[in-house]
Amino acid sequence: MLQSSREPMTQAAPLISLRHVSKRFANGTLALNDLSLDIAQGEFVSLLGPSGCGKSTALRIIAGLANASGGKLEWPSASGATPVAEHGAEISFVFQEPTLMPWATVFGNVHLPLKLKGVSRTAARDDVMAALDMVGLAGFADSYPRELSGGMKMRVSIARALVTKPRLLLMDEPFAALDEITRFKLNNDLLHLWSTFGWTVIFVTHSVFESVYLSNRIVVMAARPGRVVEDMTVDAPYPREEEFRTSSLYNDYCRKASEALHRAMEASEGS
Amino acid sequence: MSFPASETDLGAGVSASPTSLATDGGRSGGGRSRILRFAVPVFMLVLLVAAWSLYVAAYDVPHYILPSPRRVAEALVADWSVLGPALLVTLKITFLALLIALVGGVALAVLLSESRLAELALYPYAVILQVTPIVAIAPLILIYVPSTQAALLICAWIVAFFPVLSNTTQGLKSTDHNLLDLFRLYGASRWQTLAYLKMPNALPYFLAGLRIAGGLALIAAVVAEFAAGSAGAGSGLAFRLIESQFRLNIPRLFAALILLSMTGVLIFAVTSFVSHLLLRRWHESALKREV
Ligand SMILES: Nc1ncnc2c1ncn2[C@@H]1O[C@H](COP(=O)(O)OP(=O)(O)O)[C@@H](O)[C@H]1O
Ligand SMILES: [Mg+2]
Repeated sequence: MLQSSREPMTQAAPLISLRHVSKRFANGTLALNDLSLDIAQGEFVSLLGPSGCGKSTALRIIAGLANASGGKLEWPSASGATPVAEHGAEISFVFQEPTLMPWATVFGNVHLPLKLKGVSRTAARDDVMAALDMVGLAGFADSYPRELSGGMKMRVSIARALVTKPRLLLMDEPFAALDEITRFKLNNDLLHLWSTFGWTVIFVTHSVFESVYLSNRIVVMAARPGRVVEDMTVDAPYPREEEFRTSSLYNDYCRKASEALHRAMEASEGS
Repeated sequence: MSFPASETDLGAGVSASPTSLATDGGRSGGGRSRILRFAVPVFMLVLLVAAWSLYVAAYDVPHYILPSPRRVAEALVADWSVLGPALLVTLKITFLALLIALVGGVALAVLLSESRLAELALYPYAVILQVTPIVAIAPLILIYVPSTQAALLICAWIVAFFPVLSNTTQGLKSTDHNLLDLFRLYGASRWQTLAYLKMPNALPYFLAGLRIAGGLALIAAVVAEFAAGSAGAGSGLAFRLIESQFRLNIPRLFAALILLSMTGVLIFAVTSFVSHLLLRRWHESALKREV
């Protein structure tokens, strides 16, 4: 089996493998064209690209929330030929909006994934409180979402994603709507959790800085049609702390990623 | 290096926690505003009754044109043996119709929102039933249904049912798409999605429908009884009202009228209160804004 090393393991069987995936919507939009991507166990991959390049669509296909029009999605490391749908239990999704149920308390919101699997409130209590503890919100279990700030709501959303102990965490621009200070804080928290638990993360962002800070691999996408134009490794050691943001290594990678993004945008306009 | 401002993230939440909401409200003159909320309407009422009383006394208005408040109050007490049972009948019809409208409206809303076919087949008829004036349908119903009470109930139900149906349907359908995706991702069954997501989401809509339906049920019960009253078989407040008019017993007419509007106010108060109780923790409409 794979060890929880932080290095991408290209030689081992990837966790998920997208093979020539394309997606055409009913209105004719070709959102993804011939997308091939292997994601290794334990990787922190950022999908970076201009808006409309199909990042969300790719994530939804991986989550099983949308069907690919062509190509296929495989879970090679899973034993035998388990259908994709069965991996639902191992996937968590964090949306750009906190997407909390306003009528439920913080506890109720984090309990939701377990409740849907038939785990009662009492039985789930420890897991829910542990997840809230991870995001620093254990004291707010009985609060309602509207009593929380934007950053706290996002933390609840992350706690809900973590409560099922997922193998794969999909995040669709989760911090895009937050102010910079809160975003930096949540970036650090996320990295810390990731290094503790070693899940695989696919993180959608349109921020070059965020993608370099967080990930060990950046997949740059271009639009019309959505496709991968660059796949770069960020070879900087973890743990990454605030000093990393001011290091020259960080700057170099930001410049590289930024150039790649510009090329992607030119490619998008050219088509 | 750390970011001290990240603490404001938590700090903001603390100051907005429910307990501090309550204490802040108490300190910033919440008591005074509560007294005002009761004092002003009561004062207005006293003023109005006094003006009415003075007008009748000053111009010596005959009681068969406009009775004094005192006479109306006397009629209310003296005729209670007639008005009391009539009130009971009207209340019974109104609340029973409302109850059936709630159950039926919600059940149909769930059916319509879950099945496109049911929606296509049934919704147009719900609309037709709603847009046709109840006074026009009442005579037919009175003919077809042998018991007047049952006929009145049906009339009140037809009118009260639609706001519940249309509001609840709207609420069930306006569920956040990301939340629906989340439920799908976690393998929620159709029933779980309905019970844990769509229903709670529809609650504020349903309650708005309930408030409208409550008022409409009373109006429809009265209107239908007017239609039935001419057939001479009613004993609700509306029938007593018409009867008083025929007999030129204006004080009793006023007394019946006051009972009717008080019933209406009561229904409005109860439905608003229920709505407030159910939504106060989370819905924007029920939350006090702090400045
Ligand atoms: N449900 C949909 N129907 C039609 N077109 C869609 C739909 N969802 C997304 N698209 C289109 O597909 C393209 C990719 O969208 P999306 O994956 O949301 O991009 P991104 O997340 O990178 O901004 C866009 O051009 C968008 O307009
Ligand atoms: Mg997107």
